[in-house]
Amino acid sequence: MSAAGSTVITAEHITIKFGEFTAVDDVSFHLNKGELFGFLGPNGSGKTTIIRALCGLIPLSGGNASILGMDVRQHAAEIKQHVGYMAQKFGLYEDLTVEENLNFYAAAYGLSAAAARTRITELLALTGLEPYFKRRVTQLSGGWKQRLALACAIVHSPEIVFLDEPTAGIDPVARRSLWDLFFQLAGQGVTFFVTTHYMDEAERCGRLGYIYMSKLIALGTIRDLQQLPDANPAGTSRLEIDAPNAATLLGAMRQAPGVREATIFGRDLHALVETDRIGSLQTLYPQCKMRVVEASLEDIFVTLTLHIMSVQAAEQQAAANGRRA
Amino acid sequence: MRGMFFGLQPVCRKEFTHIVRDPTTLFFALLIPLIQLFMFGYAIDTNVRQVPTVVFDESKTQESRNLIQSFAASDVFLVVTYVQSAPQMYDTMRAGKARVAIRIPYDYARNLQLGRTASVLVLVDGSDSSVAGTTMDAANGVALEQSLARIPGLLAPAIEVRPSVLYNPATRSANFFVPGLIAILLQVMIILLIALSLVRERERGTLEQLKMTPIQPLGLMVGKMIPYGCLAFGELCLILTIMRWVFQVPIHGSVILLLLMSLPFLLTVLGLGLFISTRAHTQAEAFQLAMGTVLPSVFLSGYIFLISTMPVFFRGVSRLIPATYYIQVLRGIILRGSNFSDLWVNALVLTLMGTAAILLAARQFVKQGAG
Repeated sequence: MSAAGSTVITAEHITIKFGEFTAVDDVSFHLNKGELFGFLGPNGSGKTTIIRALCGLIPLSGGNASILGMDVRQHAAEIKQHVGYMAQKFGLYEDLTVEENLNFYAAAYGLSAAAARTRITELLALTGLEPYFKRRVTQLSGGWKQRLALACAIVHSPEIVFLDEPTAGIDPVARRSLWDLFFQLAGQGVTFFVTTHYMDEAERCGRLGYIYMSKLIALGTIRDLQQLPDANPAGTSRLEIDAPNAATLLGAMRQAPGVREATIFGRDLHALVETDRIGSLQTLYPQCKMRVVEASLEDIFVTLTLHIMSVQAAEQQAAANGRRA
Repeated sequence: MRGMFFGLQPVCRKEFTHIVRDPTTLFFALLIPLIQLFMFGYAIDTNVRQVPTVVFDESKTQESRNLIQSFAASDVFLVVTYVQSAPQMYDTMRAGKARVAIRIPYDYARNLQLGRTASVLVLVDGSDSSVAGTTMDAANGVALEQSLARIPGLLAPAIEVRPSVLYNPATRSANFFVPGLIAILLQVMIILLIALSLVRERERGTLEQLKMTPIQPLGLMVGKMIPYGCLAFGELCLILTIMRWVFQVPIHGSVILLLLMSLPFLLTVLGLGLFISTRAHTQAEAFQLAMGTVLPSVFLSGYIFLISTMPVFFRGVSRLIPATYYIQVLRGIILRGSNFSDLWVNALVLTLMGTAAILLAARQFVKQGAG
């Protein structure tokens, strides 16, 4: 255990293979107690696989991982007692009531009847589910279902909670109140490992990891990521371009000399432009107000992804040339 | 460390709640086997009677009319029509209006009077093998009877066979078929219910959640088996009641023994259902797999066809089918009054099969958790 004993999850060079396919390739990270760690990446990039491996459901093909100092290979059963898991497809029994779901999961984690009663009362207060206690899950809205799913996932008071796209498909108000709950629990020392596609959610996380094609390609705080050389290629700047008609300008802007990327943000265009060409771009579009801005998370991930893709394409080309020669 | 059955109690309680929460499903699960029991119990009659028969009488004499009389007098033949030509006779057979044709040649009476052998043509529709067999036997019987009657001075035949049927003296089909039907109906009901219950959890994502809890595979499996086992046992009692009081099939052996010896079979089919559910990803797949077990259990278990007349390979297959053993138990206790010492091997085989199925299902389940 490093970092003054506060490291709760350690992954060292973990690799997970399904037959020939490498789902997770040499990924390393660690999480500290009470941290809210955001894990991002396209669908199928290996996010869920890492969670399942950390919970001991999938064997590691290489590397080491430990939860609370327990090796996932040897202590899978013990780890389950300390870890909560909540998936996008909530593991709730829709035909049972809120009460029956909570009772079931409490018993599934081996809580005694008395302990279960106390804990469930606590969870009802925390999630605000009391009024729905006797109601069947089918009758709850998506937001309340997710609160119940969270309550079920933490019924055994786990130190670590894995949230796999916890807010997919629920409305913004319910989403915000669910995040308030996560922060409240994180304040009590619970560590959260959250996967998400939402950039606003990612921005709430203390630290972020970005996985692409089975590889962890970025790891750190938002500030760390903004400083990454690959996210800010040398000699380029990010411009926010206030154009009268951004949508019609987008095509032309992408073709303009010195523009590497361009996309629309509301009424503005965001572009990655070679710094020494900004002047000529401004003279080309005198009607636009341009100013240099800091990269947003989305900018960073798009740039990183494009960078990796071009690197891989170059490698493949080199390999193909090698074969031909 | 927790026991290998950890989680049994909460799963069991939850599963009972699912069952009572959905009374429609429960109602149909219990009702459909009963409807089938009534349908098949009444419909299936293997005793061949009143087979429609066409007669082409070229002789048109007292003797030929006598012969037709004695055919009609047996319960097997029912003369439905007379024809006047051979083509008409074949037409009637081909159209399926008659399954048997009797052609009495024009010289029938003359041959008899001259003491020569008189021949009669009996055509039998072979498209139904049991009808063909029975009618040919019956036709030979009629001829023999008529021949003996023509021997002057013969008061009694030299040899008389006196067959006596043990255990099902009236040879009622219901007595034979309804006990076997119990095995088939219970099997379909249980496999479907338990396989769908587990696959539903897979489809809805709750299984993924369960794998994250310390619930052990055997706890989950056995926890699911208990409620559906209880349901199946209740259904068995219902079916036995209907068999006894509606179909009037007497139970010659001990009812308690019958109920106890049913438990190994329930165990086996519950295990089979669980095993199927580990192989199926959707409810539709589970349904198809469950239905795939039905036909072998009907045709290769001795329910309809004798195992001893099957080719060696299929005799081997029939030994792998749980229903084979349970049908022997059912027929043994219900019809022959067998006791435990006659049937303990069947109970043992079923228990072993059931245990193996559950362990295989649990192992498969663990593997899937890890892949």
